[in-house]
Amino acid sequence: MSDLLSPVWAQPELRPEFSLAQWEAVLGQSRQAGLMGRLARHHVDHGWMTEVPAKPRLYLEGALRQVDRLHHELRWEIDCIHRALAPVGVPFVLLKGAAYFAADLPPKRGRLFGDIDIMVRREHLQQVESALFRAGWISDERDAYNQRYYREWMHEIPPMRHVQRGTVIDVHHTITPPTSQMCVEGEALLEHIVAVDALQDVYVLAPVDMVLHSAVHLFQEGEFERGLRDLLDLNDLVHHFESHDPDFWRQLISRAHALKLQTPLHHALFHLKRLFGTHVPPAFQGAVELLRPPWWQRRLMAMLLEAALRPVHPSCRQTGEGLARWLLYVRSHALRMPMTLLVPHLVRKAWMQRFPTKKPEDHPAAEA
Amino acid sequence: MLYADYPLAADDDFVDFTVTLQCSGGLRRWWRRQVILGYDGANPFVPLPLDHAFPLLEWAMNWCISTQAHHVLTLHAAVLERGGRAMILPAPPGSGKSTLCAGLTSRDWRLLSDELTLLSLSDGSVVPLGRPISLKNESLAVIRQFAPDVVLNDVTHDTSKGSVSHMKVPSDQVRRLDEGARPRWVVFPKYVPDAPPTLRPRSKAESMLELGRNAFNYTLLGLTGFEVLADVVDGCDCYDFSYSRLEDAVAVFDRLVVETPP
Repeated sequence: MSDLLSPVWAQPELRPEFSLAQWEAVLGQSRQAGLMGRLARHHVDHGWMTEVPAKPRLYLEGALRQVDRLHHELRWEIDCIHRALAPVGVPFVLLKGAAYFAADLPPKRGRLFGDIDIMVRREHLQQVESALFRAGWISDERDAYNQRYYREWMHEIPPMRHVQRGTVIDVHHTITPPTSQMCVEGEALLEHIVAVDALQDVYVLAPVDMVLHSAVHLFQEGEFERGLRDLLDLNDLVHHFESHDPDFWRQLISRAHALKLQTPLHHALFHLKRLFGTHVPPAFQGAVELLRPPWWQRRLMAMLLEAALRPVHPSCRQTGEGLARWLLYVRSHALRMPMTLLVPHLVRKAWMQRFPTKKPEDHPAAEA
Repeated sequence: MLYADYPLAADDDFVDFTVTLQCSGGLRRWWRRQVILGYDGANPFVPLPLDHAFPLLEWAMNWCISTQAHHVLTLHAAVLERGGRAMILPAPPGSGKSTLCAGLTSRDWRLLSDELTLLSLSDGSVVPLGRPISLKNESLAVIRQFAPDVVLNDVTHDTSKGSVSHMKVPSDQVRRLDEGARPRWVVFPKYVPDAPPTLRPRSKAESMLELGRNAFNYTLLGLTGFEVLADVVDGCDCYDFSYSRLEDAVAVFDRLVVETPP
């Protein structure tokens, strides 16, 4: 069996007709890809839920309940962050899922949410971190080396977890590591942020920056379990923005050049077209071709990403998939830091893993 | 041995959860062999020694249900049926819930589930699960003595819960796996060494709070979960029950069945 998920959104108006065995596979794939809520929402929005056989329908309906709950919790969590940061009086930008949610953008529908990502001006980091700390978020990271890794080299401080609710917030000062080949000045993004209605000091990135961030994130993070989900977010964003702003494509391409993010945008557009049939308007085809990296990079990355963007599930496993994911993971690290920093870092991490100073936390115990 | 009486699913039936058990590769193939549980291509649990395979399978199936079945409200409780009425036995580990459940299953009560009470969101009835009853440590000897006829599989030692075995569900009960039941009693059992059996009424509000705390997806289900649970508690008599001997428990519950109006 193959990837059953992406065809659902490649022809969104066509009702998927799955056999029971295919439903089993597609539920498993969507569970792994974090897309079951979206699959369920897609069926509800088209009025197809009654056509789904009774047993798989139970799980789609369960996913809708889970989505409702997570959306309710996310709204509450954004309120809590807003309250915690009010005394500091600095603007903060919601990123990724939280931004789609707060700005009521299409990827919000049926989306499952995890950690919350926010971005603030670099010089406000300390104030923001202290304010969050006072409100109950504490850093998960106890190790001094890891703390330094984040603070010196990364685009975010170590994740902070709320002591009571267990919710996690990642505080960024830009969208890519300063040590990376694709480093982006946080300041350049902050110049164009857009206010969220009804919440003072709460912002999201400008539409084109949001798309570029999503593209960079997808191809730089190196973990592809949720890759298809992220690509689908991107697909929704592109369709939404192009229908609201005739100048969207021109702005997007010129912004990619300005921020030097041509390569991730190229890869993103390539796979949007391949998986969901999303086309760049003919007028911009030429400009998009100028984004392309050299041919050998294109071929290699197209091949690797094609494997990595498949749902991770036994029903659609292919040979070489694991290798592709691993190579992309290695690549993501190579992009993040120059070799002179990366090699000592990896050696250090390997040492820390081999000889931990404290007992690492176990996986969840297999108990009912 | 434990599952011999269960019907097999047809090839084209929908399967809710597919889990796999595999031996680990590499050196572990020969030395200190381990078993890895696979679910949807992921390995949600740490590998365990090979002889823990069966309890791991049972725990993993429970894990699948408790984390993914959101079409039912799932309580951490045993549940049994008699005359179409169900008794829910919620209790923290160590309270003797499983022992009590195994004891009652061998005497006129029909097992609906020993770990997970699944409540239908549409009508609050119990959806039967009817899988083997997990027993551990001292309770194994207690059950062997109380009901010498029951079938227990090989004991697995040194698990995270100690020595574990599973008790086969009687064949006539397996045949009735499709029959649900309306909850009629909620009984919070507590094993107290040498204590006489005492059944005390417990307030419904307090029982509901405790059941909510013992549920896996009560928060996730939000208002629906609240309403289902409130309905269930409303239709039940709630009790605290402390006991030391299974014979006493059986007698007390026999009387409870007779004295409870339909």
